[in-house]
Amino acid sequence: FLAGFGSLMQDVLWCFSQVKGTIDIGVTEADIISTVEFNHTGELLATGDKGGRVVIFQREQESKNQPHRRGEYNVYSTFQSHEPEFDYLKSLEIEEKINKIRWLPQQNAAYFLLSTNDKTVKLWKVSERDKRPEGYNLKDEDGRLRDPSMITMLRVPVLRPMDLMVEATPRRVFANAHTYHINSISVNSDYETYMSADDLRINLWNFEITNQSFNIVDIKPANMEELTEVITAAEFHPHHCNTFVYSSSKGTIRLCDMRTAALCDRHAKFFEEPEDPSNRSFFSEIISSISDVKFSHSGRYIMTRDYLTVKVWDLNMENRPIETYQVHDYLRSKLCSLYENDCIFDKFECAWNGSDSVIMTGSYNNFFRMFDRNTKRDVTLEASRENSKPRAILKPRKVCVGGKRRKDEISVDSLDFSKKILHTAWHPSENIIAVAATNNLYIFQDKVN
Amino acid sequence: MAALLGTGALTEETGQEKQDTQEKDKSVPPERAEEAKLKAKYPNLGQKPGGSDFLMKRLQKGQKYFDSGDYNMAKAKMKNKQLPSAGPDKNLVTGDHIPTPQDLPQRKSSLVTSKLAG
Repeated sequence: FLAGFGSLMQDVLWCFSQVKGTIDIGVTEADIISTVEFNHTGELLATGDKGGRVVIFQREQESKNQPHRRGEYNVYSTFQSHEPEFDYLKSLEIEEKINKIRWLPQQNAAYFLLSTNDKTVKLWKVSERDKRPEGYNLKDEDGRLRDPSMITMLRVPVLRPMDLMVEATPRRVFANAHTYHINSISVNSDYETYMSADDLRINLWNFEITNQSFNIVDIKPANMEELTEVITAAEFHPHHCNTFVYSSSKGTIRLCDMRTAALCDRHAKFFEEPEDPSNRSFFSEIISSISDVKFSHSGRYIMTRDYLTVKVWDLNMENRPIETYQVHDYLRSKLCSLYENDCIFDKFECAWNGSDSVIMTGSYNNFFRMFDRNTKRDVTLEASRENSKPRAILKPRKVCVGGKRRKDEISVDSLDFSKKILHTAWHPSENIIAVAATNNLYIFQDKVN
Repeated sequence: MAALLGTGALTEETGQEKQDTQEKDKSVPPERAEEAKLKAKYPNLGQKPGGSDFLMKRLQKGQKYFDSGDYNMAKAKMKNKQLPSAGPDKNLVTGDHIPTPQDLPQRKSSLVTSKLAG
């Protein structure tokens, strides 16, 4: 039975679980999913889209009656996080697209998340209400004010149960701190601060204070003509609240320690792989630009994604990555057309599994790739409506590079470059993944035996 | 004796671009081949592709300038002839494209609930 699945990782068989969104012939731009993030327990899954909306799914409790349905995700809350704006002073149109969502660890009954567009970060509180007060003195049950002169006695309002209502309220708005476009936000392990990074600067915020932030990185040159690189992503270390990394458009990563100086322009560590000069071309710098950087859960490694590869770096070794995985090397001979249609600038994200043993990233044609760091095996899977029968096992896909194409392989020239999987997320502890395919969200789980 | 070295022959034909690829192996790395294709199509492509030009374009995302003089002149001309309308790239700043209120994309927020929640 498994003979046909030669390149499958031995332990995990991925199955379709759910798909959210509609099958539209033409996709409305606002529906394009722009970020996906599980919360720290994996109970909640949030998505943001180009229309500035956030949708939160909650995993249902596993029921003993239906052991095969391992906790499906259902809509829990949805709200408009950001709206389009125009900065008249700078003649700048500000998109409402949600660039990133990051959850805060849960500290009470409510859930908190940060969502950001290009310019403004917002802290949202998502809370449940299942009781409401009844028996007010000054207003009746419809909310209309009563005539005070008609009130002859006082009563104490009582709380009565009501249908569960989930409400999202903006608790903080962190605005006007970024001249350039925000690409990342990251919650610190101290749970008191977070950072927001734009193309040239990184700011440190306290959750309680919205009218001030500390600038901790500034790479803007005095003369903009001398600009050679921009910040592409940034993240705090998962345990050390003084440490963070940021990546650049030149393929380098800098690790900074906030204890050394208020302005971390001087890095503590600098990660760069030496380039082979014979390989240098017009495209070299563009394809080396890092689109995502993620710490491993252990905090020992960082993973970076550039256009064609995913790399794992050991924090203790700056001069080269310890592992490099080819995502879609066959695109190397298509760089000219990928430059012309702007696909070469697509920003793919990457994700670790809970135990840091497998990494995942997206590609084109709604393909996504997983690499097992231990067995060194990899697999290509596809997010498609055709494979969407409940618990259907996903069949590995293969791209044929030239020469004879086998029956179920797809040739490089047939790949659909408009179907890009830029955003994926992995449940913090289980083998459940969320994959955003343009305007659809796919959820896959490993096979239940 | 004609020494038909693959790379040698290429050097003569395509001139300066191939001068530095006289490697021992005859195959051109795919990236270089793609680079040659691009330069053939766009001979004026800048020297520093990853440098200032493309970074500045990234930093200027969202910038929309309006010139009231151009706009009023365009309105006057509009009576006589069709102006070039906004192409798919609405970020065209100046030059031939004069934005008119009809061209501008709708800026209201989407009050429609996300289809993911449907």
